[in-house]
Amino acid sequence: MDKTQNIKKIVLPGIETMNKITTNPEHFVLSVQDLSAWYGTAQVLKNISFNIQRHQVTAIIGPSGCGKSTLIRCFNRMNDFMPVFRTTGSILLEGQDLYSSNIDPVEVRLKIGMVFQKQNPFPKSIYENVVYGPRVLGIKNKKKLDQVVEDSLKRAALWDEVNHKLKSNALSLSGGQQQRLCIARALANEPEVLLLDEPCSALDPIATAKIEELIQELKRNYTIVIVTHNMQQAARVSDYTAYLLLGSLIEFGETKAVFTTPSRKETEDYITGRFG
Amino acid sequence: MCFYVFISMIDPNRKKIRARQEFLIKVLLLFCGMVSVLTTLGIVGVLVFETITFFTRVPIFDFLTDTQWTPLFTNKHFGILPLFTATLLTSVIAMLVAIPLGLLIAIFLSEYVSSDVRRVLKPILEILAGVPTIVYGYFALLFVTPILQKFIPGMNGFNSLSPGIVMGIMILPLISSLSEDAMYAVPQSLRDAAFALGSSRLQVAFKVVVPAAFSGITASFILAVSRAVGETMLMAIAAGQMPNLTLNPLVPIETMTTYIVQVSLGDTPYGTLEYQTIFAVGTVLFLSTLVLNIIGGKLRAHYREMYV
Ligand SMILES: Nc1ncnc2c1ncn2[C@@H]1O[C@H](COP(=O)(O)OP(=O)(O)OP(=O)(O)O)[C@@H](O)[C@H]1O
Ligand SMILES: [Mg+2]
Repeated sequence: MDKTQNIKKIVLPGIETMNKITTNPEHFVLSVQDLSAWYGTAQVLKNISFNIQRHQVTAIIGPSGCGKSTLIRCFNRMNDFMPVFRTTGSILLEGQDLYSSNIDPVEVRLKIGMVFQKQNPFPKSIYENVVYGPRVLGIKNKKKLDQVVEDSLKRAALWDEVNHKLKSNALSLSGGQQQRLCIARALANEPEVLLLDEPCSALDPIATAKIEELIQELKRNYTIVIVTHNMQQAARVSDYTAYLLLGSLIEFGETKAVFTTPSRKETEDYITGRFG
Repeated sequence: MCFYVFISMIDPNRKKIRARQEFLIKVLLLFCGMVSVLTTLGIVGVLVFETITFFTRVPIFDFLTDTQWTPLFTNKHFGILPLFTATLLTSVIAMLVAIPLGLLIAIFLSEYVSSDVRRVLKPILEILAGVPTIVYGYFALLFVTPILQKFIPGMNGFNSLSPGIVMGIMILPLISSLSEDAMYAVPQSLRDAAFALGSSRLQVAFKVVVPAAFSGITASFILAVSRAVGETMLMAIAAGQMPNLTLNPLVPIETMTTYIVQVSLGDTPYGTLEYQTIFAVGTVLFLSTLVLNIIGGKLRAHYREMYV
């Protein structure tokens, strides 16, 4: 059950340790450095710095409106479409700044996949949903696409439930199945990082358990960042936890440490439900 | 306060008044509904009656196969084909202009510009639909035709190309506006999904938004064709009044609608064969739009299964 056992202990009490880690790119995929963000004049992220470890699950928790979605949408530049949105600081993907001018946001989104809070399959067949990304990339070979569909659905633990009806409309699936289809669709692009923005918020406990199990499975091959409202979920699935409050990163560290011995009073209040 | 509301809820007088109001409103709504239903029935009834009398005097076979339409001449022929192809030709030209342009405008408005720009541009475009058709008629005859004649030397002053193009512009807002509504209604979450999978804006528009809005887009096409088929003034002014079985867009023709005005404006006596021809033509016109609407409904039902 405890997946954090064999991971090198990296507790991050202060900025100095964090900087030490950022100089060793072996350990992380994404490195957030002094990131601030604004919608118009309202600052929603304040000088956030932390690293996301390769093949680990990083959970982002915090009260509603604290900027969790904004933060992970920065990772795949999904905020670009809002003209009033602006950032400073940097996010490095394997050493490259995602926001530098020579980076194509489309490329970023191919490397960093995303699954949204509310399942949003295209109103097309299950098959068409999964091959959407590869088709955009220009893959036309039917055999190849079939293979992608099978692989992705298997990795998203959905293959057994849908392999006999790949041509039926994705909207005929249950909510949990739709969410796993969205995960499969993101995996079909072979991203390095998978961002999950409250992937279980619309699901019942059984479907949630399935997705959590899946996350454990996926972290062998992918780096996962998950936003969640559910404290138990963060404790169950993640290796690292970041606690955001009003746009500031209050605490970041190994999940076990954050949940058992939080270094900040605010974190303790939030985790134990004494918040607000 | 609570107590008072409770009292009024069980007050039997109030209940009676409300029931009477409900009843009155129901009767009023039923009456309004009946007016439109009865009007439609009346129109169809007159059309059918006059058309049947017409066909007792002219064989339906001749009507459908004869290639000449000369009911007002001494040597009478009653072939609907020249009028029908004329309507078909002008409508096709109009749709060739309106569909691609209308779709592109709709995509542009829905996917490429900010909501401020859309709020300004859309009403401006919709003004096009409010211009009286007679203005379009003279615009086609006196402005577009002379320009086209510079490029196409043999072109007649009356032709189907020029009014066809102008009609395309006229029905453009119908397509762009309704399609844009349909595209705008596509949930943002689908666009997010597509962008997150590495799509460009163009790919999002054509691979996600247009398919998801397909049903609304077809509806706009059908409405636009129906409008084109039924358009009268523009055709009467700029396309000519010469029944001519041809697919050549450069020569004068006469559409079904033009024929109907032509006869209606003349002093054809009631009950004569000439008089009845307009009902026969009217029936064909009516059936054409009916068929279009049925096809549209079928298309929409078919695609609704696939998308949403
Ligand atoms: N498009 C926007 N325009 C302006 N302000 C926004 C926009 N989106 C979010 N915000 C503001 O930014 C702040 C952070 O929002 P964000 O969606 O990141 O919160 P969150 O932590 O994901 O909340 P939740 O848990 O409810 O999803 C909020 O105060 C919100 O009001
Ligand atoms: Mg959120």
